[in-house]
Amino acid sequence: MKAFTFERARTPAEAAAAVAQRPDARFIAGGTNLLDLMKLQIEAPTHVVDVNALGLDRVEESRDGGLRIGALVRNSDLAADATVKRDYPVLSRALLAGASGQLRNRATTAGNLLQRTRCPYFYDTGQPCNKRRPGSGCSALGGLSRSLAVIGASKACIATHPSDMAVAMRVLDAEVETVKPDGQTRRIPIADFHRLPGDTPQVEHALAHGELITAVLLPAPVAGVHVYRKVRDRASYAFALVSVAAIVQPDGQGRVAFGGVAHKPWRVEAAEASLAQGAKAFTAQAFAGAQPTADNAFKLPLAERTLAGILQDARAKA
Amino acid sequence: MDEVFGCLSRRDLLIASAGTATIPVAGAADDAPPAVGSPPGTMSRLTLEVNGKPQTVDVDNRTTLLDLLREQLKLTGTKKGCDHGQCGACTVLLDGRRINSCLMLAVMAPGAKVTTIEGLGVPGKLHPLQAAFIAKDGYQCGYCTPGQICSAVGMLDELQRGMPSHATADLAAKPLLSADELRERMSGNLCRCGAYSNIAEAITSVAGGAA
Repeated sequence: MKAFTFERARTPAEAAAAVAQRPDARFIAGGTNLLDLMKLQIEAPTHVVDVNALGLDRVEESRDGGLRIGALVRNSDLAADATVKRDYPVLSRALLAGASGQLRNRATTAGNLLQRTRCPYFYDTGQPCNKRRPGSGCSALGGLSRSLAVIGASKACIATHPSDMAVAMRVLDAEVETVKPDGQTRRIPIADFHRLPGDTPQVEHALAHGELITAVLLPAPVAGVHVYRKVRDRASYAFALVSVAAIVQPDGQGRVAFGGVAHKPWRVEAAEASLAQGAKAFTAQAFAGAQPTADNAFKLPLAERTLAGILQDARAKA
Repeated sequence: MDEVFGCLSRRDLLIASAGTATIPVAGAADDAPPAVGSPPGTMSRLTLEVNGKPQTVDVDNRTTLLDLLREQLKLTGTKKGCDHGQCGACTVLLDGRRINSCLMLAVMAPGAKVTTIEGLGVPGKLHPLQAAFIAKDGYQCGYCTPGQICSAVGMLDELQRGMPSHATADLAAKPLLSADELRERMSGNLCRCGAYSNIAEAITSVAGGAA
Protein backbone atom coordinates (compact mmCIF):
# COMPACT_ATOMS: atom_id res chain seq x y z
CA MET A 1 0.00 0.00 0.00
CA LYS A 2 1.24 3.52 -0.76
CA ALA A 3 1.59 5.97 2.12
CA PHE A 4 -1.25 8.46 2.49
CA THR A 5 -2.35 11.29 4.71
CA PHE A 6 -5.65 10.97 6.53
CA GLU A 7 -8.36 13.22 7.85
CA ARG A 8 -11.77 12.80 9.42
CA ALA A 9 -14.34 15.15 7.91
CA ARG A 10 -17.00 16.78 10.12
CA THR A 11 -19.54 17.89 7.52
CA PRO A 12 -20.48 16.57 4.05
CA ALA A 13 -19.41 19.83 2.38
CA GLU A 14 -16.06 19.72 4.20
CA ALA A 15 -15.53 16.13 3.07
CA ALA A 16 -16.38 17.01 -0.53
CA ALA A 17 -14.02 19.98 -0.50
CA ALA A 18 -11.21 17.93 1.05
CA VAL A 19 -11.37 15.34 -1.73
CA ALA A 20 -11.94 17.89 -4.50
CA GLN A 21 -8.69 19.69 -3.62
CA ARG A 22 -6.56 16.68 -4.52
CA PRO A 23 -6.94 14.55 -7.65
CA ASP A 24 -5.64 11.47 -5.81
CA ALA A 25 -7.86 11.80 -2.72
CA ARG A 26 -10.60 9.30 -1.88
CA PHE A 27 -13.50 9.09 0.54
CA ILE A 28 -13.50 6.09 2.86
CA ALA A 29 -16.63 4.80 4.62
CA GLY A 30 -16.83 1.03 5.19
CA GLY A 31 -13.57 0.58 3.31
CA THR A 32 -14.42 -3.03 2.47
CA ASN A 33 -13.69 -2.51 -1.24
CA LEU A 34 -11.37 0.52 -1.26
CA LEU A 35 -8.91 -0.87 1.30
CA ASP A 36 -8.78 -4.17 -0.56
CA LEU A 37 -7.92 -2.30 -3.78
CA MET A 38 -5.34 -0.17 -1.96
CA LYS A 39 -3.53 -3.30 -0.78
CA LEU A 40 -3.24 -4.35 -4.42
CA GLN A 41 -2.27 -0.80 -5.44
CA ILE A 42 -5.14 -0.74 -7.91
CA GLU A 43 -6.21 2.29 -5.90
CA ALA A 44 -3.35 4.39 -4.55
CA PRO A 45 -4.78 7.54 -2.95
CA THR A 46 -2.33 10.04 -1.47
CA HIS A 47 -5.02 11.39 0.87
CA VAL A 48 -7.96 9.56 2.47
CA VAL A 49 -10.98 11.36 3.90
CA ASP A 50 -12.94 9.39 6.50
CA VAL A 51 -16.67 10.20 6.22
CA ASN A 52 -17.85 7.96 9.05
CA ALA A 53 -18.40 10.87 11.47
CA LEU A 54 -20.87 12.69 9.19
CA GLY A 55 -24.04 11.21 10.65
CA LEU A 56 -25.94 10.21 7.47
CA ASP A 57 -26.67 6.89 9.17
CA ARG A 58 -30.46 6.99 9.52
CA VAL A 59 -33.34 5.51 7.57
CA GLU A 60 -36.19 8.02 7.63
CA GLU A 61 -39.61 8.23 6.03
CA SER A 62 -39.75 11.17 3.66
CA ARG A 63 -42.60 13.64 3.17
CA ASP A 64 -43.65 12.12 -0.15
CA GLY A 65 -44.27 8.75 1.52
CA GLY A 66 -40.94 7.36 0.44
CA LEU A 67 -37.75 6.56 2.30
CA ARG A 68 -34.53 8.49 2.77
CA ILE A 69 -31.59 6.15 3.38
CA GLY A 70 -28.48 7.86 4.76
CA ALA A 71 -25.31 7.19 2.78
CA LEU A 72 -23.64 5.61 5.81
CA VAL A 73 -26.40 3.16 6.76
CA ARG A 74 -24.66 -0.21 6.93
CA ASN A 75 -25.90 -2.94 4.60
CA SER A 76 -26.91 -5.21 7.50
CA ASP A 77 -28.89 -2.42 9.19
CA LEU A 78 -30.68 -1.47 5.98
CA ALA A 79 -31.64 -5.10 5.32
CA ALA A 80 -33.01 -5.41 8.87
CA ASP A 81 -34.84 -2.06 8.91
CA ALA A 82 -38.50 -2.67 9.78
CA THR A 83 -39.85 -0.33 7.06
CA VAL A 84 -37.54 -1.77 4.39
CA LYS A 85 -38.50 -5.34 5.32
CA ARG A 86 -42.20 -4.48 5.18
CA ASP A 87 -42.47 -2.03 2.27
CA TYR A 88 -39.37 -2.70 0.14
CA PRO A 89 -38.61 -6.39 0.71
CA VAL A 90 -36.85 -6.68 -2.66
CA LEU A 91 -34.17 -4.39 -1.18
CA SER A 92 -33.78 -6.43 2.02
CA ARG A 93 -33.52 -9.60 -0.05
CA ALA A 94 -30.93 -8.15 -2.40
CA LEU A 95 -28.76 -6.90 0.47
CA LEU A 96 -28.93 -10.23 2.26
CA ALA A 97 -27.89 -12.04 -0.92
CA GLY A 98 -24.62 -10.08 -1.03
CA ALA A 99 -21.27 -10.55 0.73
CA SER A 100 -20.94 -12.00 4.26
CA GLY A 101 -22.28 -11.04 7.69
CA GLN A 102 -18.99 -9.35 8.58
CA LEU A 103 -18.83 -7.34 5.36
CA ARG A 104 -22.47 -6.25 5.55
CA ASN A 105 -21.82 -4.91 9.06
CA ARG A 106 -19.24 -2.46 7.65
CA ALA A 107 -20.29 -1.84 4.03
CA THR A 108 -22.41 1.27 3.53
CA THR A 109 -25.28 2.18 1.22
CA ALA A 110 -23.21 4.69 -0.76
CA GLY A 111 -20.13 2.50 -0.80
CA ASN A 112 -22.13 -0.40 -2.15
CA LEU A 113 -23.12 1.73 -5.18
CA LEU A 114 -19.50 2.77 -5.70
CA GLN A 115 -17.82 -0.63 -5.42
CA ARG A 116 -15.70 -1.64 -8.39
CA THR A 117 -16.04 -4.66 -10.62
CA ARG A 118 -14.58 -8.02 -9.58
CA CYS A 119 -13.49 -8.86 -13.16
CA PRO A 120 -10.43 -11.07 -12.55
CA TYR A 121 -8.33 -9.05 -14.99
CA PHE A 122 -9.12 -5.81 -13.16
CA TYR A 123 -7.65 -7.40 -10.03
CA ASP A 124 -4.66 -8.99 -11.81
CA THR A 125 -2.19 -6.10 -12.00
CA GLY A 126 0.08 -8.13 -14.29
CA GLN A 127 -2.52 -8.09 -17.09
CA PRO A 128 -3.82 -5.34 -19.35
CA CYS A 129 -7.15 -3.84 -18.28
CA ASN A 130 -8.72 -0.70 -19.74
CA LYS A 131 -10.58 0.01 -16.52
CA ARG A 132 -7.45 -0.19 -14.35
CA ARG A 133 -5.00 1.24 -16.93
CA PRO A 134 -6.91 3.05 -19.70
CA GLY A 135 -5.67 2.17 -23.17
CA SER A 136 -3.83 -1.00 -22.11
CA GLY A 137 -6.42 -3.35 -23.61
CA CYS A 138 -9.04 -5.81 -22.34
CA SER A 139 -7.75 -9.21 -21.25
CA ALA A 140 -11.25 -10.55 -20.65
CA LEU A 141 -12.18 -10.44 -24.35
CA GLY A 142 -10.68 -13.73 -25.48
CA GLY A 143 -9.85 -14.60 -21.87
CA LEU A 144 -11.90 -16.07 -19.07
CA SER A 145 -15.26 -14.37 -19.38
CA ARG A 146 -17.70 -16.80 -17.79
CA SER A 147 -18.79 -14.35 -15.08
CA LEU A 148 -18.72 -11.22 -17.25
CA ALA A 149 -21.18 -9.06 -19.19
CA VAL A 150 -23.48 -10.27 -21.95
CA ILE A 151 -25.06 -6.92 -22.84
CA GLY A 152 -24.19 -3.22 -22.85
CA ALA A 153 -20.47 -4.00 -22.98
CA SER A 154 -17.91 -2.61 -25.43
CA LYS A 155 -14.68 -3.61 -27.14
CA ALA A 156 -12.91 -1.83 -24.27
CA CYS A 157 -14.55 -3.64 -21.34
CA ILE A 158 -16.96 -6.47 -20.54
CA ALA A 159 -16.91 -6.12 -16.75
CA THR A 160 -20.07 -6.49 -14.66
CA HIS A 161 -21.18 -4.36 -11.73
CA PRO A 162 -21.13 -6.66 -8.69
CA SER A 163 -23.78 -5.04 -6.48
CA ASP A 164 -26.98 -6.86 -5.55
CA MET A 165 -28.36 -3.84 -3.69
CA ALA A 166 -28.12 -1.62 -6.76
CA VAL A 167 -30.24 -4.04 -8.82
CA ALA A 168 -33.06 -3.74 -6.27
CA MET A 169 -32.66 0.04 -6.18
CA ARG A 170 -32.94 0.14 -9.97
CA VAL A 171 -36.26 -1.69 -9.86
CA LEU A 172 -37.43 0.66 -7.07
CA ASP A 173 -36.56 3.81 -9.11
CA ALA A 174 -34.21 5.11 -6.40
CA GLU A 175 -32.47 8.47 -6.64
CA VAL A 176 -28.95 9.24 -5.41
CA GLU A 177 -28.60 12.51 -3.50
CA THR A 178 -25.19 14.17 -3.56
CA VAL A 179 -23.36 17.25 -2.39
CA LYS A 180 -20.66 18.87 -4.50
CA PRO A 181 -17.58 20.64 -3.16
CA ASP A 182 -19.31 24.03 -3.68
CA GLY A 183 -22.16 22.91 -1.41
CA GLN A 184 -24.66 22.39 -4.27
CA THR A 185 -26.83 19.30 -3.94
CA ARG A 186 -28.47 17.27 -6.71
CA ARG A 187 -30.43 14.09 -7.24
CA ILE A 188 -29.36 11.53 -9.82
CA PRO A 189 -31.86 8.87 -10.93
CA ILE A 190 -30.32 5.44 -10.34
CA ALA A 191 -30.83 4.67 -14.05
CA ASP A 192 -28.32 7.43 -14.86
CA PHE A 193 -25.95 6.82 -11.96
CA HIS A 194 -23.91 3.92 -13.32
CA ARG A 195 -22.51 4.14 -16.84
CA LEU A 196 -21.94 1.65 -19.61
CA PRO A 197 -18.23 1.18 -20.42
CA GLY A 198 -18.05 2.56 -23.98
CA ASP A 199 -14.53 3.85 -24.67
CA THR A 200 -13.99 4.99 -21.08
CA PRO A 201 -14.61 2.01 -18.80
CA GLN A 202 -12.61 3.71 -16.04
CA VAL A 203 -15.49 6.20 -15.68
CA GLU A 204 -18.09 4.15 -13.83
CA HIS A 205 -20.60 6.62 -12.48
CA ALA A 206 -22.01 10.12 -12.87
CA LEU A 207 -20.25 11.69 -9.88
CA ALA A 208 -17.69 14.46 -10.25
CA HIS A 209 -14.43 14.16 -8.31
CA GLY A 210 -15.18 15.24 -4.75
CA GLU A 211 -18.95 14.84 -5.13
CA LEU A 212 -20.22 12.96 -2.07
CA ILE A 213 -23.32 10.77 -1.85
CA THR A 214 -25.39 11.88 1.15
CA ALA A 215 -28.47 9.65 0.76
CA VAL A 216 -30.40 7.28 -1.45
CA LEU A 217 -34.07 8.20 -1.84
CA LEU A 218 -36.79 5.65 -2.50
CA PRO A 219 -40.21 6.72 -3.82
CA ALA A 220 -43.37 5.58 -2.05
CA PRO A 221 -43.61 1.77 -1.85
CA VAL A 222 -44.78 -0.21 -4.87
CA ALA A 223 -47.28 -2.95 -4.06
CA GLY A 224 -46.89 -6.41 -5.53
CA VAL A 225 -44.76 -9.47 -4.91
CA HIS A 226 -41.16 -8.35 -4.28
CA VAL A 227 -38.52 -10.91 -5.24
CA TYR A 228 -34.74 -10.99 -5.49
CA ARG A 229 -33.34 -14.22 -6.84
CA LYS A 230 -29.62 -14.73 -7.24
CA VAL A 231 -27.99 -17.58 -9.12
CA ARG A 232 -24.35 -18.21 -8.24
CA ASP A 233 -21.68 -20.89 -8.17
CA ARG A 234 -22.07 -21.61 -4.45
CA ALA A 235 -25.01 -21.19 -2.09
CA SER A 236 -23.64 -18.18 -0.21
CA TYR A 237 -21.00 -15.49 -0.31
CA ALA A 238 -20.44 -15.39 -4.07
CA PHE A 239 -21.14 -12.89 -6.82
CA ALA A 240 -24.11 -13.41 -9.11
CA LEU A 241 -23.88 -15.21 -12.40
CA VAL A 242 -27.37 -13.81 -12.94
CA SER A 243 -29.69 -12.13 -10.49
CA VAL A 244 -33.22 -10.84 -10.91
CA ALA A 245 -35.00 -8.15 -8.90
CA ALA A 246 -38.71 -8.07 -9.62
CA ILE A 247 -41.95 -6.55 -8.40
CA VAL A 248 -44.81 -8.54 -9.89
CA GLN A 249 -48.49 -7.54 -9.85
CA PRO A 250 -51.39 -10.01 -9.62
CA ASP A 251 -52.16 -9.50 -13.34
CA GLY A 252 -48.59 -10.47 -14.28
CA GLN A 253 -47.46 -6.91 -15.02
CA GLY A 254 -44.44 -5.62 -13.18
CA ARG A 255 -40.89 -4.35 -13.10
CA VAL A 256 -37.73 -6.37 -13.62
CA ALA A 257 -34.00 -5.62 -13.36
CA PHE A 258 -31.09 -8.00 -13.84
CA GLY A 259 -27.72 -8.17 -12.08
CA GLY A 260 -24.54 -9.96 -13.15
CA VAL A 261 -25.17 -9.33 -16.85
CA ALA A 262 -23.92 -5.80 -17.54
CA HIS A 263 -21.74 -2.91 -16.41
CA LYS A 264 -24.76 -1.60 -14.47
CA PRO A 265 -28.05 -3.00 -13.18
CA TRP A 266 -29.88 -3.94 -16.39
CA ARG A 267 -33.46 -2.76 -16.70
CA VAL A 268 -35.33 -2.14 -19.95
CA GLU A 269 -38.57 -0.35 -19.05
CA ALA A 270 -39.88 -0.63 -22.64
CA ALA A 271 -39.85 -4.43 -22.34
CA GLU A 272 -41.99 -4.42 -19.20
CA ALA A 273 -45.22 -4.07 -21.20
CA SER A 274 -44.58 -7.63 -22.37
CA LEU A 275 -43.96 -9.10 -18.91
CA ALA A 276 -47.48 -10.58 -18.65
CA GLN A 277 -46.69 -12.61 -21.79
CA GLY A 278 -44.05 -14.50 -19.86
CA ALA A 279 -40.31 -14.71 -19.34
CA LYS A 280 -39.45 -15.71 -22.91
CA ALA A 281 -41.16 -12.74 -24.54
CA PHE A 282 -39.81 -10.39 -21.90
CA THR A 283 -36.17 -11.48 -21.97
CA ALA A 284 -36.18 -11.50 -25.79
CA GLN A 285 -36.79 -7.75 -25.58
CA ALA A 286 -34.76 -6.99 -22.47
CA PHE A 287 -31.69 -8.75 -23.92
CA ALA A 288 -32.13 -7.67 -27.57
CA GLY A 289 -28.67 -6.97 -28.97
CA ALA A 290 -26.89 -9.07 -26.36
CA GLN A 291 -23.38 -10.09 -27.38
CA PRO A 292 -22.32 -12.86 -25.04
CA THR A 293 -18.97 -14.63 -25.32
CA ALA A 294 -18.78 -18.40 -25.83
CA ASP A 295 -18.05 -18.69 -22.08
CA ASN A 296 -21.02 -16.71 -20.82
CA ALA A 297 -23.73 -17.35 -23.41
CA PHE A 298 -25.36 -19.57 -20.76
CA LYS A 299 -26.41 -16.41 -18.92
CA LEU A 300 -29.16 -15.62 -21.45
CA PRO A 301 -31.20 -18.82 -20.94
CA LEU A 302 -30.32 -18.66 -17.23
CA ALA A 303 -31.81 -15.15 -16.97
CA GLU A 304 -34.96 -16.28 -18.81
CA ARG A 305 -35.42 -19.35 -16.62
CA THR A 306 -34.73 -17.47 -13.39
CA LEU A 307 -37.39 -14.95 -14.35
CA ALA A 308 -39.79 -17.75 -15.36
CA GLY A 309 -39.39 -19.26 -11.90
CA ILE A 310 -40.09 -15.89 -10.28
CA LEU A 311 -43.23 -15.31 -12.38
CA GLN A 312 -44.48 -18.80 -11.58
CA ASP A 313 -43.95 -18.28 -7.82
CA ALA A 314 -45.54 -14.82 -7.98
CA ARG A 315 -48.66 -16.29 -9.65
CA ALA A 316 -48.87 -18.86 -6.88
CA LYS A 317 -48.68 -16.09 -4.23
CA ALA A 318 -51.15 -13.74 -5.98
CA MET B 1 13.23 -25.51 12.61
CA ASP B 2 14.02 -21.90 13.47
CA GLU B 3 17.23 -20.40 12.20
CA VAL B 4 19.60 -19.62 15.04
CA PHE B 5 21.41 -16.29 15.46
CA GLY B 6 23.92 -16.85 18.30
CA CYS B 7 21.84 -17.52 21.36
CA LEU B 8 18.70 -15.97 19.81
CA SER B 9 16.50 -18.10 17.58
CA ARG B 10 15.11 -16.42 14.46
CA ARG B 11 11.70 -16.51 16.06
CA ASP B 12 12.99 -14.63 19.16
CA LEU B 13 14.70 -12.11 16.92
CA LEU B 14 11.52 -11.47 14.96
CA ILE B 15 9.56 -11.00 18.15
CA ALA B 16 12.21 -8.67 19.57
CA SER B 17 12.40 -6.47 16.46
CA ALA B 18 8.62 -6.38 16.11
CA GLY B 19 8.52 -5.12 19.69
CA THR B 20 10.52 -2.04 18.79
CA ALA B 21 7.81 -1.06 16.32
CA THR B 22 5.49 -0.33 19.22
CA ILE B 23 6.04 3.28 20.10
CA PRO B 24 5.55 3.78 23.82
CA VAL B 25 3.28 6.73 24.44
CA ALA B 26 3.43 8.60 27.72
CA GLY B 27 1.03 11.42 28.30
CA ALA B 28 -0.16 11.28 24.68
CA ALA B 29 -0.22 15.07 24.51
CA ASP B 30 1.24 15.43 21.05
CA ASP B 31 -1.11 15.12 18.08
CA ALA B 32 1.73 14.80 15.58
CA PRO B 33 3.87 11.87 16.61
CA PRO B 34 7.43 11.68 15.39
CA ALA B 35 7.58 9.54 12.30
CA VAL B 36 11.14 8.67 11.48
CA GLY B 37 11.41 7.85 7.80
CA SER B 38 7.71 8.39 7.11
CA PRO B 39 6.42 11.15 4.82
CA PRO B 40 4.87 14.00 6.86
CA GLY B 41 1.31 13.39 7.97
CA THR B 42 1.25 9.67 7.20
CA MET B 43 1.31 8.63 10.87
CA SER B 44 -1.50 9.08 13.37
CA ARG B 45 -2.04 8.71 17.09
CA LEU B 46 -5.27 7.25 18.38
CA THR B 47 -6.81 5.81 21.50
CA LEU B 48 -9.12 2.83 21.40
CA GLU B 49 -10.26 0.19 23.84
CA VAL B 50 -9.12 -3.35 23.24
CA ASN B 51 -10.57 -6.10 25.41
CA GLY B 52 -11.60 -3.53 27.99
CA LYS B 53 -8.20 -1.84 28.18
CA PRO B 54 -7.55 1.67 26.75
CA GLN B 55 -4.66 1.70 24.28
CA THR B 56 -2.99 4.77 22.84
CA VAL B 57 -0.96 3.91 19.77
CA ASP B 58 0.93 5.57 16.97
CA VAL B 59 0.26 3.95 13.63
CA ASP B 60 1.27 4.38 10.04
CA ASN B 61 -2.04 5.32 8.38
CA ARG B 62 -1.76 2.16 6.25
CA THR B 63 -1.99 -0.11 9.29
CA THR B 64 -5.09 -2.27 9.35
CA LEU B 65 -6.88 -2.94 12.61
CA LEU B 66 -5.69 -6.55 12.21
CA ASP B 67 -2.03 -5.54 12.00
CA LEU B 68 -2.42 -3.15 14.92
CA LEU B 69 -3.80 -5.99 17.06
CA ARG B 70 -1.21 -8.54 16.02
CA GLU B 71 1.98 -6.57 15.43
CA GLN B 72 1.74 -3.69 17.91
CA LEU B 73 -0.56 -4.94 20.66
CA LYS B 74 0.76 -8.52 20.42
CA LEU B 75 -2.75 -9.99 20.40
CA THR B 76 -1.87 -12.74 17.97
CA GLY B 77 -5.02 -14.76 18.59
CA THR B 78 -6.66 -12.90 15.70
CA LYS B 79 -5.32 -14.50 12.53
CA LYS B 80 -4.38 -13.17 9.11
CA GLY B 81 -5.66 -15.55 6.46
CA CYS B 82 -6.33 -13.98 3.07
CA ASP B 83 -6.01 -10.32 4.15
CA HIS B 84 -8.80 -9.51 1.63
CA GLY B 85 -12.01 -10.13 3.56
CA GLN B 86 -12.66 -13.48 1.97
CA CYS B 87 -11.82 -15.98 4.72
CA GLY B 88 -13.01 -14.50 8.05
CA ALA B 89 -9.92 -15.58 10.05
CA CYS B 90 -9.45 -11.95 11.18
CA THR B 91 -12.99 -11.55 12.54
CA VAL B 92 -13.22 -9.43 15.71
CA LEU B 93 -16.06 -7.57 17.40
CA LEU B 94 -16.08 -3.80 16.83
CA ASP B 95 -18.49 -2.11 19.24
CA GLY B 96 -20.11 -5.52 19.60
CA ARG B 97 -20.53 -6.22 15.86
CA ARG B 98 -18.47 -8.76 13.95
CA ILE B 99 -16.23 -7.34 11.22
CA ASN B 100 -13.20 -8.32 9.15
CA SER B 101 -10.32 -6.54 10.92
CA CYS B 102 -8.19 -6.83 7.76
CA LEU B 103 -10.55 -4.46 5.92
CA MET B 104 -10.52 -1.63 8.41
CA LEU B 105 -7.80 0.94 8.93
CA ALA B 106 -6.69 1.29 12.54
CA VAL B 107 -6.79 5.05 12.08
CA MET B 108 -10.57 4.79 11.53
CA ALA B 109 -11.06 3.28 15.00
CA PRO B 110 -10.49 6.05 17.58
CA GLY B 111 -12.81 5.52 20.53
CA ALA B 112 -13.87 2.08 19.28
CA LYS B 113 -14.30 -0.90 21.58
CA VAL B 114 -12.62 -3.94 20.07
CA THR B 115 -13.03 -7.47 21.41
CA THR B 116 -10.70 -10.20 20.19
CA ILE B 117 -10.59 -13.91 20.99
CA GLU B 118 -8.32 -13.05 23.97
CA GLY B 119 -11.04 -10.77 25.35
CA LEU B 120 -13.84 -13.32 25.13
CA GLY B 121 -12.41 -15.66 27.72
CA VAL B 122 -9.19 -17.02 29.21
CA PRO B 123 -8.13 -20.53 30.21
CA GLY B 124 -10.09 -21.46 33.32
CA LYS B 125 -12.79 -18.92 32.43
CA LEU B 126 -13.70 -19.65 28.83
CA HIS B 127 -16.53 -18.07 26.86
CA PRO B 128 -19.26 -20.67 26.31
CA LEU B 129 -18.44 -20.76 22.58
CA GLN B 130 -14.73 -21.34 23.29
CA ALA B 131 -15.68 -24.21 25.61
CA ALA B 132 -18.11 -25.60 23.03
CA PHE B 133 -15.50 -25.59 20.24
CA ILE B 134 -13.23 -27.66 22.51
CA ALA B 135 -16.02 -29.99 23.65
CA LYS B 136 -17.27 -30.61 20.09
CA ASP B 137 -13.80 -30.66 18.49
CA GLY B 138 -14.77 -27.76 16.22
CA TYR B 139 -11.42 -27.49 14.45
CA GLN B 140 -8.48 -29.38 13.04
CA CYS B 141 -5.50 -27.07 12.56
CA GLY B 142 -7.15 -24.30 14.59
CA TYR B 143 -6.09 -21.38 12.39
CA CYS B 144 -9.63 -20.26 11.53
CA THR B 145 -10.94 -20.94 15.04
CA PRO B 146 -10.55 -17.49 16.68
CA GLY B 147 -12.36 -15.95 13.70
CA GLN B 148 -15.03 -18.66 13.76
CA ILE B 149 -15.67 -18.06 17.47
CA CYS B 150 -15.74 -14.24 17.27
CA SER B 151 -17.99 -14.51 14.23
CA ALA B 152 -20.32 -16.92 16.05
CA VAL B 153 -20.56 -14.52 19.01
CA GLY B 154 -21.55 -11.69 16.67
CA MET B 155 -23.86 -13.94 14.66
CA LEU B 156 -25.79 -15.16 17.72
CA ASP B 157 -26.22 -11.54 18.81
CA GLU B 158 -27.57 -10.62 15.35
CA LEU B 159 -30.00 -13.51 15.60
CA GLN B 160 -31.05 -12.40 19.08
CA ARG B 161 -31.76 -8.94 17.68
CA GLY B 162 -33.94 -10.48 14.97
CA MET B 163 -31.72 -9.55 12.03
CA PRO B 164 -32.73 -11.55 8.95
CA SER B 165 -30.43 -13.53 6.63
CA HIS B 166 -30.61 -14.85 3.07
CA ALA B 167 -31.93 -18.10 4.57
CA THR B 168 -34.78 -16.42 6.48
CA ALA B 169 -38.06 -17.49 4.87
CA ASP B 170 -40.26 -14.82 6.41
CA LEU B 171 -38.76 -11.35 6.86
CA ALA B 172 -41.53 -10.44 9.33
CA ALA B 173 -40.87 -13.36 11.70
CA LYS B 174 -38.11 -13.57 14.30
CA PRO B 175 -35.45 -15.84 12.81
CA LEU B 176 -34.49 -19.07 14.57
CA LEU B 177 -31.20 -20.89 14.27
CA SER B 178 -31.95 -23.71 11.84
CA ALA B 179 -29.12 -25.60 10.14
CA ASP B 180 -29.71 -23.52 6.97
CA GLU B 181 -29.62 -20.27 8.94
CA LEU B 182 -26.39 -21.24 10.69
CA ARG B 183 -24.63 -22.20 7.46
CA GLU B 184 -25.76 -19.01 5.69
CA ARG B 185 -24.87 -16.72 8.59
CA MET B 186 -21.42 -18.28 9.06
CA SER B 187 -20.56 -18.30 5.33
CA GLY B 188 -18.00 -15.52 5.80
CA ASN B 189 -15.76 -17.90 7.79
CA LEU B 190 -13.92 -20.52 5.80
CA CYS B 191 -12.30 -23.62 7.28
CA ARG B 192 -9.79 -25.17 4.90
CA CYS B 193 -9.65 -28.32 7.08
CA GLY B 194 -13.37 -28.74 6.55
CA ALA B 195 -14.35 -29.00 10.22
CA TYR B 196 -17.72 -27.46 9.42
CA SER B 197 -19.92 -30.19 10.87
CA ASN B 198 -18.27 -29.92 14.31
CA ILE B 199 -18.19 -26.11 14.12
CA ALA B 200 -21.94 -26.14 13.43
CA GLU B 201 -22.46 -28.56 16.31
CA ALA B 202 -20.45 -26.37 18.71
CA ILE B 203 -22.39 -23.22 17.80
CA THR B 204 -25.74 -25.04 17.94
CA SER B 205 -24.96 -26.40 21.39
CA VAL B 206 -24.44 -22.86 22.73
CA ALA B 207 -27.37 -21.34 20.84
CA GLY B 208 -29.62 -24.09 22.17
CA GLY B 209 -28.43 -23.44 25.72
CA ALA B 210 -29.07 -19.71 25.40
CA ALA B 211 -32.58 -20.09 23.97
